[in-house]
Amino acid sequence: MKAIQKIFDNIKPNFQKGGKLEKLHSVYDGFYTFMFVPAEVTKSGTHVRDTIDMKRTMIIVVLAMVPALLFGMWNVGYQHFVQTGADVSFMETFLFGAIRVLPIVVVSYGVGLAIEFAVAQMKGHPINEGYLVSGMLIPLVLPVDIPLWMVAAASAFAVIIGKEVFGGSGMNLLNPALTARAFLFFAYPTYMSGNRVWVADSGTVDGVTGETILGSLAAGTNVVGTAVEEVGMRSYSVMDAFLGFIPGSIGETSTLAIIIGAAILILTGIGSWRIMLSALIGGAVMGFIFNAFAVNALMALPWWQHMIVGGFAFGVVFMATDPVSASQTTKGKWIYGFLVGFFAIMIRVFNPAYPEGIMLAILLMNVFAPLIDHYVVEGNVKKRLKRLKSVKA
Amino acid sequence: MSQDIRIKRGVDIKLKGRASNEITGPFRSETFALKPSDFHGVIPKLLVKEGDEVKAGTPIFYSSANERVMFTSPVSGEIASIQRGAKRVIERIVILADKEDRFEDFGAADPSGISREAVVDKMLTAGVGPFIRQRPYNVIALPDDTPKAIFISGFDSNPLAPSLTMITEGQDEDFQAGIDALAKLTSGKVHLSVHKDLGQSSAYKNVKGLEKHTFSGPHPAGNVGVQIHHIDPINKGEKVWFVAPQDVLIIGRLFRTGQYNPAITIALSGSEVKEPRYVRTTKGVCVAALLHNGLVQDNARVISGNVFTGGKIPMDGYLRAYDQQITVIPEENEPEFFGWALPRMHKFSLSKAYFSWLTPNKEYRLTTSANGEKRAFVVTGEYEKVFPMDIYPAQLVKSILMNDVEAMENLGIYEVSEEDFALAEFSCTSKMELQKIVREGMDMMITEMGV
Repeated sequence: MKAIQKIFDNIKPNFQKGGKLEKLHSVYDGFYTFMFVPAEVTKSGTHVRDTIDMKRTMIIVVLAMVPALLFGMWNVGYQHFVQTGADVSFMETFLFGAIRVLPIVVVSYGVGLAIEFAVAQMKGHPINEGYLVSGMLIPLVLPVDIPLWMVAAASAFAVIIGKEVFGGSGMNLLNPALTARAFLFFAYPTYMSGNRVWVADSGTVDGVTGETILGSLAAGTNVVGTAVEEVGMRSYSVMDAFLGFIPGSIGETSTLAIIIGAAILILTGIGSWRIMLSALIGGAVMGFIFNAFAVNALMALPWWQHMIVGGFAFGVVFMATDPVSASQTTKGKWIYGFLVGFFAIMIRVFNPAYPEGIMLAILLMNVFAPLIDHYVVEGNVKKRLKRLKSVKA
Repeated sequence: MSQDIRIKRGVDIKLKGRASNEITGPFRSETFALKPSDFHGVIPKLLVKEGDEVKAGTPIFYSSANERVMFTSPVSGEIASIQRGAKRVIERIVILADKEDRFEDFGAADPSGISREAVVDKMLTAGVGPFIRQRPYNVIALPDDTPKAIFISGFDSNPLAPSLTMITEGQDEDFQAGIDALAKLTSGKVHLSVHKDLGQSSAYKNVKGLEKHTFSGPHPAGNVGVQIHHIDPINKGEKVWFVAPQDVLIIGRLFRTGQYNPAITIALSGSEVKEPRYVRTTKGVCVAALLHNGLVQDNARVISGNVFTGGKIPMDGYLRAYDQQITVIPEENEPEFFGWALPRMHKFSLSKAYFSWLTPNKEYRLTTSANGEKRAFVVTGEYEKVFPMDIYPAQLVKSILMNDVEAMENLGIYEVSEEDFALAEFSCTSKMELQKIVREGMDMMITEMGV
């Protein structure tokens, strides 16, 4: 520790004003503050400060995603081998998945952080920790067969268009990771939807298909809780769907792993339980309405099953709760969350091209979040004006 | 007595080094000082020069904005030095104190028996005028105004704050005389707030001619701004005044004896003080002799006031005019290896991302570490948890950063002051300097709208 501190101390003059690497000041800062909490003391205001900082906050969100990531790795292997019929051990399954998933994670972090560092350098800003989260979110919402160059393009898009054009971390209107996903979805739809992308190698190996549950539903068949013979294709138990033994984006399949993440976020107070709960309620209400007037398989899917299939749970827990792009007021969070859930299920059922709605619902509500806050705050302002009037009267 | 007012959104941060219940002293330092910077926005016009003899109550300077507002010497003695800083700004006027105080005679009088103008005049000439401050903007009250009410917070809920119940015990007559004088100044009521769990001194119990309110719950329940908000909130165009209980005693003493005698009791507290205790002394006291050999270790920060709103002073500095507490906490000089990733059991956080919530009664030895670097606003909802007013603190702060006067007004700038944002500043993940921002906002309002 002392030795590392010494190395940093020795090279520090190079990065200070007048040093030959002065231009890389932010990079030095980024690495130093990653290794050490600096001996910075309070200068104005309170003399003591809470121990919490942005690094701790972000790393806990990353931690909360780890169960989904690990399960996702295993499930990538499982979905592949269950279709090829190979008899493999748990470790082989996991390793197969890890080998497929890790490069995506590495590319996402590598490209995103490089741009983040470059932009911070250009603007002379400190490096923000926000991308630690975005860099993990992006791989988890992609199908496993996505080409790596697309991951790179999406990460670049997320940082530049999703964040930096608005002025950097904290200023963005939309969730950067979802912006990346939406970019891929609209630019390369064949790689992001259909029945050939969700299981590793399903596009190349014969006999391997990767239709998602929602995909089958859109085609008119409910494969949850029905026997294989009955539907004539792969089917899943409700438990399969809850635990995540189903095809889908890398991190979205296991509701259980996502619930573990949600528990971490809620216990630490870092993720808003209000948004998660109200989104759940919103989704349930919409599902319930569809159940009442069901005319097709998607609408007939029991409302509670909407919560465990597709990306609903993942989006609600990890993406709708992004504090920057969500509503900021307490009342606003309830409204925002409810509408995210409500629209997610509505879009999922009504979207003719692609039976999933959480991404578009969150992006839509991201756009409306400032408006919701505006009206909530305006209510407070009105109350104050009314008080003034009653005094004058 | 009106209904209890319960404050829910707040927190008591428990620090090591609470003053023991014994009151020591009286302590008299060799020198005392008057610092113009203690009074926000006051530009001093000096009335003395080095070498002048002064009595307790002799005017030292007045405010250039209003020549009736006198700032007088807390003790008798000789003007030892007038110290100036950059641009010849007067930093402090140091007085070499006599062994025993000689007092200017302002004449004793029963405040209820004389006119409002006579009360105001006596207070201004004796130098107790600056103890009366105004909301909005947290500045010295203007003598020509008539406030809609006067508020006194009978308890201090800041970390390691002195017990005002203990300090005011037995001072019934001074307190009553002070309240009588204040009652002359307002067209409305005088309000005194006490805390349900802290008990009341005889002075609080027996006082007449005011309205008493009982608060309960954690800090910032003791902040007068929070109390005003819950009792009779300030609307646009309205002014209220507030006074600290010990200053009420000084005002009362003035009317009872005709003398300006700013004797106060302060808490000497903090983890780095060997024997945390109460000290009876006088405003403007030099802390050097109190701290000499009295600290656990020297790598410490001496704060006049509490850890939230106090000001850093040197080891031989002087108590600030409105403070009733000295806090000494350790300075942090060591970088912490991967600190943000460690459990950090010895550190305190309001967030459950650390573990201090598991030990709610533990007392902490907090250092001056900023515990991270400044960032953009990211986390939402954390200020609201420690901001017990019907105001959106983050939105108000942002309106100030945007210099949007109309939005500031709409969002409640008239009802807040720096100290109300101290807990939010403490808890801020992005390490924003909220108190500084709010002060700038209030100054902007003064420039735009006048005091």
